[in-house]
Amino acid sequence: MAGVNAQSRGDGQEQRARDMGMTTEALSGRTQQVFFEPSEEERFTYPWAPEVDYNKRTEIDADGLTTTEVNKRLRDLMAEGYGTVVIQNPRGKHGLGVGILSRLNLIFEGSLGYFGVGLIDGPNVRITGRVGWSCAENMMAGTVVIEKNAGSTFGAAIRGGDLVCRGSVGSRTGIDMKGGTIIVGGDTGALSGFMMQRGRMVVCGNAGKNLGDSMYDGTIYVGGEIRSLGVDAVEAELTDLDKAWLTRKLRQYGLLPEQGVDHFTKVVAGKQLWNYDNLEPNEKKLIL
Amino acid sequence: MCGIAGLIHRGKRSDVGSEMTAMLQALKHRGPDSTGFAVYGEPVEGDYVLRLKAAEQEDMGKGRGIDKIVDERIAEVERRMEERGAVIKLRDRVRPHAVRYVLSHDGDTEDLAKYIEEVDGTEILSFGNGLELIKDLGDATRVADEYKLQGFKGTHGIGHTRMATESDVDIRSAHPYWAFPYNDVSVVHNGQITNYWNMRREMERRGHRFMSNCDSELLAVYTAHNLANGMTLEESLRRSIDEIDGVFTYLVATKDQLGMAKDTMAAKPLVLYESDDLIAMASEEVAIRAILPHEIDTVDPYDEEVRVWQA
Repeated sequence: MAGVNAQSRGDGQEQRARDMGMTTEALSGRTQQVFFEPSEEERFTYPWAPEVDYNKRTEIDADGLTTTEVNKRLRDLMAEGYGTVVIQNPRGKHGLGVGILSRLNLIFEGSLGYFGVGLIDGPNVRITGRVGWSCAENMMAGTVVIEKNAGSTFGAAIRGGDLVCRGSVGSRTGIDMKGGTIIVGGDTGALSGFMMQRGRMVVCGNAGKNLGDSMYDGTIYVGGEIRSLGVDAVEAELTDLDKAWLTRKLRQYGLLPEQGVDHFTKVVAGKQLWNYDNLEPNEKKLIL
Repeated sequence: MCGIAGLIHRGKRSDVGSEMTAMLQALKHRGPDSTGFAVYGEPVEGDYVLRLKAAEQEDMGKGRGIDKIVDERIAEVERRMEERGAVIKLRDRVRPHAVRYVLSHDGDTEDLAKYIEEVDGTEILSFGNGLELIKDLGDATRVADEYKLQGFKGTHGIGHTRMATESDVDIRSAHPYWAFPYNDVSVVHNGQITNYWNMRREMERRGHRFMSNCDSELLAVYTAHNLANGMTLEESLRRSIDEIDGVFTYLVATKDQLGMAKDTMAAKPLVLYESDDLIAMASEEVAIRAILPHEIDTVDPYDEEVRVWQA
């Protein structure tokens, strides 16, 4: 696991789970939800996360190194306190920069292959080239900005953070996304937002067929043409709140279209495929 | 999983042999079982290049007088060539089980090809004016070294690294497939075809031959069938998206063209790089970077996309 130092690795599963705010004790009927206190550092960072200084900057030349060597070098530099790391010549290698669970300014000068910066929680990443399939899959928090195009399954199953591609992305963008924001400056391919569960996806260009197919929840905003909507994806009214949010988000990444955001189409779940019981099993027992 | 790659130079010749080797070596992790190349040199009108295998590579190690049997097969092939009026201008026994011929022949090449393939254990890998098709077990550098591919000058080529999923690890099931009996046409494919048996029976009813049980061979036969019926390459690619079920991305090369088609689900990857004088495509960007280390712009083609480039 990323950034896990020797001590915390030795503490065993139980201790580590407790450190992360999870607990294995019997529940006593109170809510399981953990409420965050913004002023508290606790639970915003992992207990073993290295202390890094954004002003300490260094480079890694990935030429001739394997993916494992680059990622190991990155961890070592973070342990040394480097907060800004530039990775040169990634040349489409797969799995670079994965599993970073702490603050970090990470810059890739070039293009990544598959599964680039997957499983991250916290870093701010900038990629000057293109990314392959499944970039930032399972991202928990942080920002990822890609200057060129991206491959398919962009931001698969992300749970938080901002994932931005200034160019066009492939098919199945944001498949199974459970939170966070995906922003695409160009077009997206077929089956984008497939089985989306929560979060927001913004596509400034056109969307391919079956947009939002079988989505449970969440919102998709499309600036251009939608080739077709998927099963149970429906258009909804673009409210002032939506417009305000879109304007703010797109301006933040310099992607705000000249004509503003009024032309965006909003797509949400029709909830006709929903087949949930509204009652919890215990409540059901009481009633039936 | 399989990896596919292709490149085409516009208006010039280059060392496509080494370029394809570098691209396919970068895709080795997608398929270590076998590697194949279809590269296109300068077409010589009237002269044909014919490549064939007289046995599988694994048969060669088994003994039982296989060397003698293969020699007999090759002698029989040459006798049949001469019987049909072909003149062997060059004969190169590249590997113990694989031979490359340069022939001159005025007659019906389909008839000749069928007659040769009646020899037991023999399969024509390619037949054409410009096409050189090489496939064998092993990774890209090994196959390229064995078949002396480095330094091959040509305009375009396609290649494949195979991870066998639905048929055997042998040369018969390795890509690229020559679109028998259509000269100079070859196909590489990444994916699974789900209406394979229906389509194969359909093609067999129309008299086409299948040498393997590999679903990718269907695409070669299907393309040959369409081209023989007067379709352009682009029309054939477009029609295949409707008629062939499954998940696939495949490349087709002809004497002077390179085409690609992607299925309706866009489930199999392809990365595309286009410039004025070179178009390169591969399953993964890392293969394109193997020949173009400098910063380039690449895109993923979308679902149902069909493209054809002219050399």
